[in-house]
Amino acid sequence: MDGGIGEGVERALGLVLGDDGRLWPIVALSLQVSGLATVLSAAIALPLAAWLALTPFAGRGAVVAALNALMGLPAVVAGLLVYLLLSRAGPLGSLGLLFTPGAMVVAQTLLVLPLVAALARQTLEDALGECGPYLRSLGATRLQTIGTLLHEARFSLLTAVLAGFGRAAAEVGAVMIVGGNIDGVTRTMTTAIALETSKGDLPLALGLGLVLLAVVLAINAAAFALRQYAIRRHG
Amino acid sequence: MAESAARRLLLRGLGLRLGGVEVLRDVSLELPVAGRTVIVGPNGAGKSTLLQAIHGMLPPESGRVDAEGPRPRLALVFQRPAMLRRSALANVEHALAIAGVPAGARVARARAALEDVGLGYAADRPARRLSGGEQQRLAIARAQSLEPECLLLDEPTASLDPAAGAAVERHLLALAARGIGLVMTTHDLAQARRVAQRIVLMHRGRVVEDGPADAFFASPRTDVARRFLAGDWLE
Repeated sequence: MDGGIGEGVERALGLVLGDDGRLWPIVALSLQVSGLATVLSAAIALPLAAWLALTPFAGRGAVVAALNALMGLPAVVAGLLVYLLLSRAGPLGSLGLLFTPGAMVVAQTLLVLPLVAALARQTLEDALGECGPYLRSLGATRLQTIGTLLHEARFSLLTAVLAGFGRAAAEVGAVMIVGGNIDGVTRTMTTAIALETSKGDLPLALGLGLVLLAVVLAINAAAFALRQYAIRRHG
Repeated sequence: MAESAARRLLLRGLGLRLGGVEVLRDVSLELPVAGRTVIVGPNGAGKSTLLQAIHGMLPPESGRVDAEGPRPRLALVFQRPAMLRRSALANVEHALAIAGVPAGARVARARAALEDVGLGYAADRPARRLSGGEQQRLAIARAQSLEPECLLLDEPTASLDPAAGAAVERHLLALAARGIGLVMTTHDLAQARRVAQRIVLMHRGRVVEDGPADAFFASPRTDVARRFLAGDWLE
């Protein structure tokens, strides 16, 4: 980097604070894609987790183990799977989603879903261990049990969802494959950082890196504050 | 209450294995719905399991629990009650909601139950922040808000300090004086002497003795009972 790292950071901060019209659209698209993917994955993962936590069936252990393993699903593999689904020759090719933000949402949903589901299942199972006998003694229905457990574990579940958002916002492989990193269309913070670094435009890459770091820190701070609040308020 | 004074729960040949261990073996008893019955026995005798089987939350593998006349309303209190992450008042309201009590009637009924156990001052406090004794009284308030004819109590004072235990015991005796039946397990013989009108001694999943408390303590019929009262280790 010409002028060294110090100058690069200075110019990056200038970009973040001043805005040359390039940085904030990328940030906005990243947050939209990751936010929507997190909402979608939570909408699927939480009922799935509740079902898994409450339903004994043959092979349940294997399903739980597989779900836990999928928490480490490599982003590029998720991207590849969605690429195969959405490519012109793929089963969902007719939707024309490939290289659109929609494809990126689908890929990140696939990536985040196992993480949120696995964390939520464990959380709900712990809550069931604690409250299950009491709820059974009251004659609670399955729906009442699920409702109570979701309420009991609400702060931990929100933490799980925030962890999912963190993973979505920080990943690069999946959105790069299915989004194509098209300027102004599918360029996110992570893909832009990768591209600008390879081009040598380190100030923009650093500026985006700073924003991404701030987002991740804010999420973790929110999760921490939420837990502290819950402990203080509800014991 | 006069009706329940005469009614009995009829336990016929209850048998149950848990985790491969035979916990209840051919248990047959006739328990008065009213009055104060105390089930004693060493750890692992099957006392808690028997309570849960009587309640109906743990169906036996063999035998059955009948009642003379309509099945009495029963409520179960655990040794370590699960406290939901909400206020003491909301804990009682939750139990009422599960029981199908209309929303409009819940608050007044919950407040009355809390006042009755002496927890009116703690209605808005988080349940998990209450002391052990207060939590046990809250558990009793939840149970008695359901207006049971008979309370099933699993070692209700075992986890409490003597003062808190005495407060719980006094409240239970007051409930019994109002005509609510008590069926309680304990391994505390002094407490059994104070509370019981009728004693059931269990050992290795079987009922060893069953009869009036005075007679049991004055002249136990079996060798197991004599050894238990003498404080011998029962294998």
